[in-house]
Amino acid sequence: MEALFTISTITAIFSTIMVITRKNAVHALLYLVVSFFAVAMLFYLGGAPFVAVMEVIIYAGAIVTLFIFVVMMFNIGKPLTRREKGWLKTSVWLPPLILSVIILGGFVIVLFNPPVSFTRLLFIGPREVGYKLITRYMPAIELTGMLLMTGIIGAYHLGRKKKKTLHRYLEKTNES
Amino acid sequence: MTEVSLEIGMLIAAVLFVIGLLGVMIRRNIIFILISVEIMLNASGLAFVFAGSFWGMPDGQIMFIFILAVAAAEVSIGLALIILIYHNFKTLNIGELNKLKEE
Repeated sequence: MEALFTISTITAIFSTIMVITRKNAVHALLYLVVSFFAVAMLFYLGGAPFVAVMEVIIYAGAIVTLFIFVVMMFNIGKPLTRREKGWLKTSVWLPPLILSVIILGGFVIVLFNPPVSFTRLLFIGPREVGYKLITRYMPAIELTGMLLMTGIIGAYHLGRKKKKTLHRYLEKTNES
Repeated sequence: MTEVSLEIGMLIAAVLFVIGLLGVMIRRNIIFILISVEIMLNASGLAFVFAGSFWGMPDGQIMFIFILAVAAAEVSIGLALIILIYHNFKTLNIGELNKLKEE
């Protein structure tokens, strides 16, 4: 189990680094799927099997699929990938990398300031999660439903084609 | 379940979060920025779940479910906006979206 945890951790971190450094968006999204699977394994080993399944179904299944559809709509080919290579110069990524390492150092100092206490992570099954979700957190679920409804309406409104009222001979002059 | 300390789990979440933050800062393609935001949301959910398992409470997993709903709503609106930006400006580079500055 310990070895499995270590392997999942290394896979997750490596594939996430690959996601943010790829030039081609489709390759990045495939690495993102690997990253989500590794994180789902970490969830399972950390005692949360329900959340592990949700991670695979919704993150790797729904969200990444949405991304892949949009990337395919743009039809990103060789020229854009080559332009992407020009944007990712050393002078671009070095200062943010230094800042990120400083932030990570702060996190590490805060986490390990009292010495590490080796405690077991407890197993919490779907039964407890579901019970508490529909009893104590019921108002939050209703708010989440309203949020998702807003998301649907917003996505529909933004993706809708604008209705053209101009005569078709006037289109050219109007655009310029 | 396994002999994993809370600090190690939090450290993994922090590393993933910082990688996502780095991705937001170094990329200029707006799709990659949205992917990096997803990575950051996922890392914060990881921290919630490990903390919930440490205290033996299901609340951490419930918070992860809410984070999941927020991420789904965010990605649908964000991708609709990206499609609009691409149709209007024919580019995905956020450096070129400076119309507000010039006029």
